[in-house]
Amino acid sequence: MSTFMRTIRAETAKITTTRMWWVLALVLFVYVLSLSGGLGALFGAGSTGSLPGGTTGEIPTTGLPPLLYSFASSVGYVFPVLLGALAVTGEVRHQTLTPTFLATPRRGLVLAAKLVVLLGFGALFGIIGLVASVGGGAGALALFDIDTELGSTDTWAMFARVVLAMALWAAVGIGLGSVVTNQVAVIVIVIAFTQFVEPVLRSVGALAEWIADIVRFLPGAASDALVGTSVFGMMAPGQESLDWWVGALVLTAIAAALTIIGALTTWRRDVT
Amino acid sequence: MTDVRTIDVEAVTKRFGAVSAVDALSFQVQPGRVTGFLGPNGAGKTTTLRMLLGLVRPTAGRATFGGVSYTDLESPLRTVGAALEAASFHPGRSARSHLRIAATASDIARSRVDEVLALVGLAEFADRRVGGYSLGMRQRLGLAFALLGDPGVLVLDEPINGLDPEGIKWIRSLLRALAAEGRTVLVSSHLLSEVQQSVDDVVIIARGVLVHSGTLASLSAGDSVSVLVDAPDRGALADALTAAGYAVTPARSGLIVAGVEADAVGRTAFDAGIPLSALQRQSSGLEDTFLHLVEGNR
Repeated sequence: MSTFMRTIRAETAKITTTRMWWVLALVLFVYVLSLSGGLGALFGAGSTGSLPGGTTGEIPTTGLPPLLYSFASSVGYVFPVLLGALAVTGEVRHQTLTPTFLATPRRGLVLAAKLVVLLGFGALFGIIGLVASVGGGAGALALFDIDTELGSTDTWAMFARVVLAMALWAAVGIGLGSVVTNQVAVIVIVIAFTQFVEPVLRSVGALAEWIADIVRFLPGAASDALVGTSVFGMMAPGQESLDWWVGALVLTAIAAALTIIGALTTWRRDVT
Repeated sequence: MTDVRTIDVEAVTKRFGAVSAVDALSFQVQPGRVTGFLGPNGAGKTTTLRMLLGLVRPTAGRATFGGVSYTDLESPLRTVGAALEAASFHPGRSARSHLRIAATASDIARSRVDEVLALVGLAEFADRRVGGYSLGMRQRLGLAFALLGDPGVLVLDEPINGLDPEGIKWIRSLLRALAAEGRTVLVSSHLLSEVQQSVDDVVIIARGVLVHSGTLASLSAGDSVSVLVDAPDRGALADALTAAGYAVTPARSGLIVAGVEADAVGRTAFDAGIPLSALQRQSSGLEDTFLHLVEGNR
């Protein structure tokens, strides 16, 4: 077996031998399940007039199923980012870079292996997120006799794009963790950026065309473009998003740029 | 064990900003012997070992294993086994997982993991998370990591720290056994007395500079011997010794006569007709010589 394959196997074992990955997966699952189930039930009830004081057909259900299913990535993307970032910062924090680099002195190989492994775990998180969003969303829709659209190829193509988006998000996490190696700092940055900074910037995008042109390239917007539908797109209609494949390229470029910067700076530092 | 090498440190310098942690340090470590790498805390031992292992980049110079730097070794863990101070483990990972990861990365058989765990006496705790380990258990796990690849060279940073007396005895015999098998063993310590019983050679540094390197015996050549002597009539004794040409220093419990053996002092007193109440040979000891070497560099 080549050194790179061995390094990939070792990096995989690093993730599976601690509890972080399944704790994050569990929270992702519960979070997405409750949101897609809850909102599915709310919209379902609204459209069938089951809400107090409502009448039938009050809320249209067009586009509702893919919206609910896309929660897997549009809501869940923070989890693969955290897993990826912590895969790097955890090594710094617990000083395990020493045994890591003693076993594999070629540091670039270690970072490349982490990238490959985390793409896999990101995809796995995508599948877990989809099980939750489809389980909750389709379950709620079925309750109100609304078409779940699970028979449509479009829906399944979107599922594939969700898995791809989640994989790329984990790679973005690796890049971020290799640039900002402080564990607390990286968690704060991830939470603040995904939950506050980017939503605000994207809202501002509605104000002017030229702002919207820039905002489309923010990672969350690129991810939504890749998946093809999201809560944000519904709240700010009229904003042109990128083609799905351009969204994928933007996420890939962000992950690659961050990882290369990290590889050339913090990753080369003395390990003391 | 397949690959036994010397350790060659050649004019290695490490500067952190304006501070020189290690300054033009050179020494060689031979196979089949245990070499003590000694110096007070902050002397630059750990920095030197980390440069040797490719973890810290030297400002100048080269540290190699028989001419090959660590990062260029074909199979690092099978050639060099290292246990560094502040041995670093993920607290949420078990000892077995920790070693398995290293074994996987280095193409070492999984059965070897159980072997080294048994060797260091951790077999029954192998599946516990390392977060609950005592300092002594972490030291043993660090050692298991070092021995994993059955390497011909061992680099151990303060391996005795945190071990109980039984553990200290065990590691001393382990070091001897590893050298007896022909391996190169470099073991650092800030206390000579800690490793005195197990080392053949010593490399002593202070403030990043080499102050002595050679066999342990070469260190005792610098020993100074003196005699503590006392008599009920201390004044008369002092006069007699001074008259005989000895350098006499008064001390609380008698007189100290430097650079002389006890029989000569006894004879002088006998010749002068002075009855003695105490006569004792004092050797400054290796630890004093060590401290003198280290202090002399300040």
